[in-house]
Amino acid sequence: MQHPVIEMHSRVADAAHLLGRVHSFETCGTVDGPGTRFVVFLQGCMFRCQYCHNRDTWEMDEGKLYSVTDVLTEILPYIPFIDASNGGVTVSGGEPLLQKQFVRVLFKLLHQQGIHTCLDTNGYVPDAGYDEELEKLMSCTDLVLLDIKHINDQKHLQLTRVTNQYTLKFADYLHSCGKPVWIRYVVVPGLTDAEADVEQLAESVGHMNNVEKVELLPYHTLGAHKWVAYDECYPLAGVVPPSAEKIAALKAIFEKYDINVLA
Amino acid sequence: MEALNLTAVTDQLGWEGFVPGYWQQSVNLRDFVQMNYTPYKGDSGFLSKATPRTEKVWAQVLDLVKQEHAKGGPLDFDSNTPSTIVSHAPGYIDKALEIIVGLQTDAPLKRAIMPYGGIRMVETSAEIYGKSVDTEIHKTFTRYRKTHNQGVFDAYDQNIRKCRKAGIITGLPDSYGRGRIIGDSRRIALYGLDFLIQDKQREKQEMLAEHIDENNIRLREELSDQIRALQDMKLMAMSYGHDISKPATNAREAIQWLYFGYLAAIKSQNGAAMSIGRISTFIDIYIERDLQRGVLNEEQAQELIDDLVIKLRMVRFLRTPEYDELFSGDPTWVTESIGGMGEDGRPLVTKTSYRFIQTLYNLGPAPEPNLTVLWSDRLPDNFKRYCAQGSIDTSSIQYENDNLMRTKFGDDYGIACCVSAMRLGKQMQFFGARVNLAKTLLYAINGGRDEISGQQVGPSVPPLEADVLDYDIVMKRFDIYMQWLAATYINALNIIHYMHDKYCYESALMALHDRSIYRTMACGIAGLSIVADSLSAIRYARVKPIANHDGLITDYEISGDFPKYGNNDDRVDSIACNVVTRFMNHLRNNDSYRDSNLTQSVLTITSNVVYGKMTGNTPDGRRTGEPFAPGANPMHRRDEKGALASLLSVAKLPYDDAEDGISYTMSIAPDALGKTPSSRTQNLIAILDGYTQAGGHHVNVNVLNHDTLLDAMEHPENYPQLTVRVSGYAVNFVKLTREQQLDVVNRTFHAQM
Repeated sequence: MQHPVIEMHSRVADAAHLLGRVHSFETCGTVDGPGTRFVVFLQGCMFRCQYCHNRDTWEMDEGKLYSVTDVLTEILPYIPFIDASNGGVTVSGGEPLLQKQFVRVLFKLLHQQGIHTCLDTNGYVPDAGYDEELEKLMSCTDLVLLDIKHINDQKHLQLTRVTNQYTLKFADYLHSCGKPVWIRYVVVPGLTDAEADVEQLAESVGHMNNVEKVELLPYHTLGAHKWVAYDECYPLAGVVPPSAEKIAALKAIFEKYDINVLA
Repeated sequence: MEALNLTAVTDQLGWEGFVPGYWQQSVNLRDFVQMNYTPYKGDSGFLSKATPRTEKVWAQVLDLVKQEHAKGGPLDFDSNTPSTIVSHAPGYIDKALEIIVGLQTDAPLKRAIMPYGGIRMVETSAEIYGKSVDTEIHKTFTRYRKTHNQGVFDAYDQNIRKCRKAGIITGLPDSYGRGRIIGDSRRIALYGLDFLIQDKQREKQEMLAEHIDENNIRLREELSDQIRALQDMKLMAMSYGHDISKPATNAREAIQWLYFGYLAAIKSQNGAAMSIGRISTFIDIYIERDLQRGVLNEEQAQELIDDLVIKLRMVRFLRTPEYDELFSGDPTWVTESIGGMGEDGRPLVTKTSYRFIQTLYNLGPAPEPNLTVLWSDRLPDNFKRYCAQGSIDTSSIQYENDNLMRTKFGDDYGIACCVSAMRLGKQMQFFGARVNLAKTLLYAINGGRDEISGQQVGPSVPPLEADVLDYDIVMKRFDIYMQWLAATYINALNIIHYMHDKYCYESALMALHDRSIYRTMACGIAGLSIVADSLSAIRYARVKPIANHDGLITDYEISGDFPKYGNNDDRVDSIACNVVTRFMNHLRNNDSYRDSNLTQSVLTITSNVVYGKMTGNTPDGRRTGEPFAPGANPMHRRDEKGALASLLSVAKLPYDDAEDGISYTMSIAPDALGKTPSSRTQNLIAILDGYTQAGGHHVNVNVLNHDTLLDAMEHPENYPQLTVRVSGYAVNFVKLTREQQLDVVNRTFHAQM
């Protein structure tokens, strides 16, 4: 498939000069949405997840400034790979909703090229954030990967230092507008693997007919070194990845609720 | 003279049922294949597993391989009989069970000596492995019969010797066979030897030169040697109870006839790479005919292929441990090219393309034969899926861009060694190993002095005196040294190939070629990514040279960041492309032996580890001794944007200026390829399609876990068949030296979080 050089309407062209804070790019993303994906990791996150594997994306003032056009220029060479695999572009982070205008303009331009767009978020939207900008962003977002860190607010607070009310409200919002969603849940032994909690999560997800699947992500230690770089203790030092049996047991809980689950 | 009447010399039995064509008038394998093959677009469901017979034979071979590995060298070798096509009595693994027969010597895995390339290499190898070469043989090849090796060293000049010693020109085929010639042994199956012999006689008779000059004399002598080789092939086949004078009449004979041609090659030449060509689709025509006739079923068809592949996995040469260190793991490069598209748009994929890949399951993964899929985005989807699955399961397949090669070589080419495309039976190459461009850059900075020994190797000019290296000045000097190196290099190759033709001519291989041959002289470069990153550092950061007490610049202080090759960043990728083109142009300015056409590859085999050892600190921050990246790969851990960015950087390198191939090795963890088996195959196909469309030439695909490799280093006994692909071929991981294993483990693994 040939993609013409992107021509922008003047209004959009102005917006294309918008700057965003970018952490990094992954040109061969295969685990953040369907097909092979160009993944844009944005900088900045409000959550402080203990198991975060991208500790270096937290600070709001780090990363590198890119205009939307700059990011598009990075993406264009990979369109043949995206086309060949029914892939697309995923914006992740950090927390992309902290830069929603930037993401919206990017997605809009990608949509003009017929490229599938996917937002990988923890759902952190304060009440004031439900505005026209969010609606516009949703109108050019094909798929949302929604991370639910914990269904129990107390444990969520402990895990991330933020309440889960934002995330759950955003989940409701996505449900109400019928947006396709993949729920992602990181399984950390001792923190998120209690079957009662997972049962509760499965029950509420079971009510959302916009959820196409749940992905159980076994906790891994590949990001531990990044904490060391910040001179901080890795909070989960000593925690080992969950066993295959554990993952299978949790998977079965979701399946009880007729949820398509991938682990 | 009138054309031979082919039908008169061949009996019609072999051709029964084939669609007639030009191939009946003269040797024309492409025409035969095009007229007669049956493209297959279905899936792999028809394939058969290994039969108990195959398993039994293979188990015996595996046992021998295990013994060989335990010995750490040859299982056995015959130090008393110089190998020729007919030197050894027939050998068998298990005579009663074998379907396709023929071994290099009278016993399985027993190696032979081939002194024509050089007696010293033979004697050194023999000594290391506890035998000595027969005194008569020593006498013969030192007193009465000169070898290639001696010829070369008689003619080398001081300049070449110095470059060779310093390791700026390396791996030259000056003491062993040059290899990289593919005899088109399909010819034997289709025409039989009687016709091929008569055809060669005709070729010789038709040479009615007005006056006999040096070229004619050489060619006439060569044709006579070729005819003798063909006659010997007949004798060798006869010793196994087969008469190959007439065309093969069924699939088993076709494979057997063809294999005898290949066997003659590996009995008479210890070439660096002894590739087999593009035989699967040719063989498929015979299998299809037998299936139609009802004389063969699928299980038997697979058995034939399995049995042939067992033979191809047993090819062995007697070589020194140093050689194996340079080309890790005792490789033979029995490269078989599979698939590709025809010029008429039909895929050249047949059921036998599948049957060859199926051997990776029936016999387990293995480095040989070096299965090479000629990839096009237009290949049938089912075949793409089967290949991708094969890569994910076995890491034993390499891919080369058929779209790119078809336009240059037509649709009947094969790959010699790793990445060298050539028209089958019509083209050969003079193998030229490679030069170390990273070292050349250091020579440019140091005015021709070697950064490790301090000796003056290149032309002497004062070393660069500057607080900070200036890009334009360095580039100008680099260009001058590349020019000097290219001239020295071609001089060496001209001597080598003149002597090889004279003392170690490949009559068995060239007998299966046309008389008029298109020859290339295939040069090569190593260290491209280091050169590109070094020049990028000089241009975009500040690089301060640091001299030792002797005024020799041995280190560099780099401040600031700079773009690195492998991130699809034009600022540095364009430097890499420019270096490739510049060096190629310098090569082209030299006269080459037999008017061969100059080409080059960006390929290191696995010698990237050895090159690293021989090269000092470089301006990109690489430390002395640190391995180079293999082939055209970016340096380890410098690619920051993931696998596709690296692929696109490599794809930019100009194939027109590196027509002998551009090799890229990709290692990816299964989880990083996708979450489900179907998404993994889909994503791998997308990667291959995208790379092909971007103009990338070659890619090795390893789908392996880092942990698996680490475990295999500690417990090699648990991984006898673990295969990894490196720079154009595959190796058995546990056969690598620990140093090489570490290099593979440290090489950029594309894992994801």
